[in-house]
Amino acid sequence: MSAYRRPVSNMWWLKRRSYIWFMIRELTSIFTAGYCIFLLVVFYKLSQGPEAYAGIIAALKSPVSVVLHIITFAFVFYHAITWFELTPKILVIYRGEERIPAGLIAATFYGGWVVVSLFIVWLVLLA
Amino acid sequence: MTLEIFRYRPESDSEPTFQTYEVPFKEEWVVLDAINHIKDEIDGTLSYRWSCRMGVCGSCGMMINGVPKLSCAAFLRDYYPGKIRVEPLNGFPVLRDLVFEMDDFMAKLTDMQPYIIRKEGEEKTLEDGEYLQTPAELAHFKQYSMCINCMLCYAACPIYAIDNAFIGPAAIALGQRYNLDSRDQGKDSRQELLGSKEGVWECTFVGECSRVCPKDVDPAAAIQRAKVTSTIEFFKDVLIPWGKKK
Amino acid sequence: MKTKKSPKAIWWSLFAGGGMAAALALPALIIITGIIIPFGLEANEPMNFDRIHAAASHWLIKAIFFLLIALSFFHCANRFRYTLADVGLRSVGGLLSFLFYGGAIVGSVIAAVVLWGV
Repeated sequence: MSAYRRPVSNMWWLKRRSYIWFMIRELTSIFTAGYCIFLLVVFYKLSQGPEAYAGIIAALKSPVSVVLHIITFAFVFYHAITWFELTPKILVIYRGEERIPAGLIAATFYGGWVVVSLFIVWLVLLA
Repeated sequence: MTLEIFRYRPESDSEPTFQTYEVPFKEEWVVLDAINHIKDEIDGTLSYRWSCRMGVCGSCGMMINGVPKLSCAAFLRDYYPGKIRVEPLNGFPVLRDLVFEMDDFMAKLTDMQPYIIRKEGEEKTLEDGEYLQTPAELAHFKQYSMCINCMLCYAACPIYAIDNAFIGPAAIALGQRYNLDSRDQGKDSRQELLGSKEGVWECTFVGECSRVCPKDVDPAAAIQRAKVTSTIEFFKDVLIPWGKKK
Repeated sequence: MKTKKSPKAIWWSLFAGGGMAAALALPALIIITGIIIPFGLEANEPMNFDRIHAAASHWLIKAIFFLLIALSFFHCANRFRYTLADVGLRSVGGLLSFLFYGGAIVGSVIAAVVLWGV
């Protein structure tokens, strides 16, 4: 068989808009991990005493930190919305004969997201 | 209208080329009509697959301006007055012009054991009658049974293009069609293939397969559901190794 | 055609857990450390050392943050390892798995050590 195999480019993801958004979604994971490393740094400074901790809190106020946070937020937020958009497709649950509507599952996750977020803000800043 | 069509003649070409044809523009024509016109009136050497011309047989899948589509479902008027580039479906080796080798796809469908499997001693004979199923039970898998084997999902999947070993969207959707069928008892038998490294784990949920599917089968969802099932099966195997009866 | 059931299920379940945890918890935390604290939007100095240190010393807080951070590391490891494979590094897939999942394991151990020490 002289079948012709077309070459596959490593830049296949640039060819369609949906592929590009897919790649962006995948890259959000770097910012997720990066922010977690930052959280560990905060905990570490906390364990080193009041001066070290004050240092990192002061560093948060720098423009570099704010800009990095905004970029990180954009990526992590995109991860979250794509995650909650896709979860109802995977969680197909039946109550007896009826399938629980995808919209209801999505609403539960988005609602849960709001509740957890408010709880975290309350816990860290107000409790 | 101008059509730019992928040509490859193994007896004379070492590399594929593109050939340009001018076809009349008609409001109601689809790309398949234009290609049939070319074959009938302009160039009889053009090779391609087609059959029903109404979106149910799955034969006429082609890349149309880089997007996998059924050529009988792509209207000229949606591209007019631009040029239309027609190529064979991505990811498959090309035999001639727009005809590609689909043996790999067929083998994968077969490997999925696409038939009702019953446990030992639980098959019904003809005298026993049919396996009964309620409409609600049918609803569990009906969507996955709508696949017309058109292979647009394989053409859309970047993983399949990079690695032909991946069993692919349609095969996994087919596996789910049987695994979710209340009459079937064969999911353990299919799990070997689904849970293998060429199975569901190759998928990174790009989701393009479901976007191009002409029958709304949503193979991407089928694959992710199979990942959840495969995970549960894996942990059951590891944590509860006893209690597996044939 | 018989192929072995792959242990990729383990990495995938960690990936899924991490994705869910990160999606639920990280956005609020980023707003806190990126907007609320820098712009002084909080009242009564809740971020003072004594209060935060007392909270972070609690075993439940440590456990929750450990899970969040470790699962996020595994989420990133799985996602990025497959992204690299998808753009051409497929042939070194085994090495990528070792590096990324190994890295996530190391990261989780470091997280445990740091949190333990608070």
